[in-house]
Amino acid sequence: MRRQILKGLAASAIALAALPALAQETVKVGLILPMTGQQASTGRQLEAGVKAYMAQHGNKVAGKTVEVIIKDDTGVADISKRLAQELVVNDKVSVLGGFGLTPIAMAVGPVATQAKVPAVIMTAATSVIVEQSPYFVRVGRTMPQMTFPIADWAAKNGIKSAVTLVSDYAPGIDAEKFFKERFEAAGGKVLDALRAPLASPDFAAFLQKAKDLKPDALFLFVPSGQGATLMKQVIDRDFAGAKIRVIATGDVTDDDLLNDMGDAVLGMVTSHDYSADHDSAENKAFVEIFKKVNNNLRPNMMAVAAYDGMDVIYRALNATKGDANGQKLVDAMKGQKWMSPRGPMEIDAATREAIPPMFIRKVERKNGELYNVEFEATGPIKDPTHK
Amino acid sequence: MLTILFDGVAYGMLLFVLAIGLCVTLGLMNFINLAHGAFAMAGGYLTIVMMNRYGISFYWGLPAAFVFSALLGVVLERTLYVHLYTKSHLDQVLFSIGLVFMATAVVDYFMGANQQTINLPPSLEGRVNFLGASIGVYRIFTIILCGLLTVGLQFVLSKTRFGSRLRAAVDDGRVARGMGIDVTRIFAVTFAVGSGLAGLGGALSTGIISMDPTFPLKYMIYFLIVISVGGSTTITGPFFASLLLGVADVAGKYYVPAVGGFIIYTIMVVVLILRPQGLFTRASR
Amino acid sequence: MSMTQPPKSDAGAQMLAGARWRWHEGLFWLAAIGLFFLFGDFIPGVPTRLMLLSEIISLGLLALSIDLVLGYAGVVTLGQGAFFGLGSYVAALMAKAGMGAFPLSDPVVGLLAAAAVSGFAGFVTSFLVLRGSDLTRLMVTLGVALILAELANQMRWLTGGADGLHGVIMGPVLGQWDFDLWGRTAYLYSLAVLFVCFWISRRIVNSPFGLSLKAIKGNALRARAIGVPVNARLVAIYTIAAAIAGVAGALLAQTTQSASPDMIAFHRSADALLILVFGGAGYLYGGLIGAGLFRVMQDVIGNITLQYWQFWLGLVLVLLVLFVRGGVIGLIEGMRDRLTRKGDAP
Repeated sequence: MRRQILKGLAASAIALAALPALAQETVKVGLILPMTGQQASTGRQLEAGVKAYMAQHGNKVAGKTVEVIIKDDTGVADISKRLAQELVVNDKVSVLGGFGLTPIAMAVGPVATQAKVPAVIMTAATSVIVEQSPYFVRVGRTMPQMTFPIADWAAKNGIKSAVTLVSDYAPGIDAEKFFKERFEAAGGKVLDALRAPLASPDFAAFLQKAKDLKPDALFLFVPSGQGATLMKQVIDRDFAGAKIRVIATGDVTDDDLLNDMGDAVLGMVTSHDYSADHDSAENKAFVEIFKKVNNNLRPNMMAVAAYDGMDVIYRALNATKGDANGQKLVDAMKGQKWMSPRGPMEIDAATREAIPPMFIRKVERKNGELYNVEFEATGPIKDPTHK
Repeated sequence: MLTILFDGVAYGMLLFVLAIGLCVTLGLMNFINLAHGAFAMAGGYLTIVMMNRYGISFYWGLPAAFVFSALLGVVLERTLYVHLYTKSHLDQVLFSIGLVFMATAVVDYFMGANQQTINLPPSLEGRVNFLGASIGVYRIFTIILCGLLTVGLQFVLSKTRFGSRLRAAVDDGRVARGMGIDVTRIFAVTFAVGSGLAGLGGALSTGIISMDPTFPLKYMIYFLIVISVGGSTTITGPFFASLLLGVADVAGKYYVPAVGGFIIYTIMVVVLILRPQGLFTRASR
Repeated sequence: MSMTQPPKSDAGAQMLAGARWRWHEGLFWLAAIGLFFLFGDFIPGVPTRLMLLSEIISLGLLALSIDLVLGYAGVVTLGQGAFFGLGSYVAALMAKAGMGAFPLSDPVVGLLAAAAVSGFAGFVTSFLVLRGSDLTRLMVTLGVALILAELANQMRWLTGGADGLHGVIMGPVLGQWDFDLWGRTAYLYSLAVLFVCFWISRRIVNSPFGLSLKAIKGNALRARAIGVPVNARLVAIYTIAAAIAGVAGALLAQTTQSASPDMIAFHRSADALLILVFGGAGYLYGGLIGAGLFRVMQDVIGNITLQYWQFWLGLVLVLLVLFVRGGVIGLIEGMRDRLTRKGDAP
């Protein structure tokens, strides 16, 4: 990867002087990832996912050589916009990708639109993103897609009342809103909606409050990669003893962190589109090559989104027969359907929104390690907020 | 109600142990060491590695974290920090932030960027009933241990020979040296103990929170809040400040969750406006 | 005290001699204009870096505003990011409301509004930093900034919360030049604003008012004794610095067409303070040079080692403090002194 970046630099230095023929032979993909700072673990998984894809599929597609350039946005929105501009103007990338957080993706919107370069959203999960630019295509998932299945499951499994506890920022508030909406439509009751500051290291007050309200279930959402601290304190507060079920979106039992959490999380039910344990040939191949090229790291939902992001780019290039024109690529990405390691994936042709499969999973011990084991497929959900 | 009080006290105690080393270097040695959190992180990660990779007991992890961070402290003090005592506060800030950057990258390189945590031994898990309130065993453990540490530290500083020498060295280093006190050594030992306490705090906090490479920066603000509210000339000041902040934070979030994010900062600003030298500093400084 | 003491008017002239422009300052600003032609996509083969340079200008201007209070008045602040963020939200909100039309979306109008709002906020909060030690001031300013950042996160109806404000459409600069993808307008516009702010700051610090600030920095008690109205002066400079920080924030919001909680966050204040000390406080140029070097190093090292650039940057900071006094400018002055000393030797 590093060599590719250096190559990218060298290439950019001669970009304008380069022979036009050479420029047509390579298609450059510029990824903007949080490689340092608070979200560094997300960036690491995304990079690893791209690496796995390239190891599996090579760098040749439709007669073109794909070159990936990765930049570190340090998790700051205004830097991501500058990086996107530089990638477009200097490196002449044909596709942008990555984007760990919603504001980071949103900041890139004007650049994608102005430069007519498709931008593949891998992780940012606020629904509204894809409406910001006609060149945004999402391969990850959105908050309602993750939250609806667990709300449905809770309502169907004897849970009458719930308390929600989310991180106090946009996706957290979305999770709270969509859970309440769906759960109450199915006859449940949300007793209280608690929001913990993003930077909060101590959840004691919120967890105690949730416990004192004596709901049937506690619903959790924190950004992926931040679940370890929360789960630690959830376990310590002994919800099982108080007969309160703990449910969450899959971000909390992130594959990256799950194995460290210990047996106390056994049996916890979550909803998400990806588990490293997903039972399919595609996933087995993916996990195998991912671990091989990434020092035995276990892939999580970020890694699979990056993998699928590269896949969409390759598929679009195949469809355009190697033509890297931005409009043609976006058109080719719309409506793509393929078998992802997550299961059947689709890009909505009308909204450019991902339609991932969704599963209800339970934490179990398998081969000595903790996994989210899928036990119910809820089927794909279109994001309800797009018209 | 009692549960909330206990949670708050435990949280405050943890803040105190994490911050006390910084209080010692700042208040007693007049040195701003923003890399203090890095020593806590070292202790935390050492405990995680010992427990998760080598299966060593948590009870050994705590003293090991103290010793490891103290050694790290003494090595860095002798080689690097010693050149900075005479420099300006701003230089000290720049220097210690540089160290934080390096520590973050080093931990990231060796341990990865994801959050890591430990599983407590069964003897510290679970909850007990106390006067009708359910209280986490680990939080009680934290309170007892931190309480003992505070008493011990206060005793050493005010009642022992070392304590009076340290105070003399701080008040007037040149005179102290003239009196035959080995100021250099006293500072080195003090720095080491401060770093060791940070390491111990880091190890203790792995029982409640998790470690990641951004730990030193993330918690730096909390350390500084404790010290500025408590005043840095005593140990009891930051101690009570930690308790106040811990209880106020937990109780505030419990009873008025809408303003949860503001409580600590507001308390700090109000305290500092009313008492710029800190809440528990005697005016005659 | 002796007979050789120069006449009073000479002493005054000597003290104000700093106001004269020197040749290397001209060189600095010429170089800044030269960068436009070098990195503005005019020369084949040289990558466009004007966006990075605009970002550096915004950061440098923020550092400059800290220099006014820290380097000249001796007040340590970790809260300048609050005014920076406030300015960026004001500019972004106005432009968004104006939908690209004059006057609300006009960049210069946005700048002035941001300066006014941030300056007012600075004035109101300036009374908090009049007392206390360095640590107290540091923490009070930080506390105010943290509270403001949390407010920006909570007031979703206005600020867009953690998602930030997007879809900001800027009007053309002075009704003439649109912001382009290469960042040419953004750079020249930022540079012009920087120069104006710098010129004002330079006038301020070299005026009798500025000299009285230095007296306060040296010893507030003595300054008071010789009749300097210490508190009024501190309030004034803090307000001016806040207004300039607001302009810096507005610049960033306008050139990136967005505002987000990142712009008001703690790391913004900390970075700027770090950069100022790195460049050298008390020179006005320190913040600008520091911002440039810091960001360029981050960019260059980040391209070599994507994940661990922080290590090398940290190492540079540590070494700089260990071996140099007064940041990068101190380093340059040290080298100059050594050269002239060599020249003097027979």
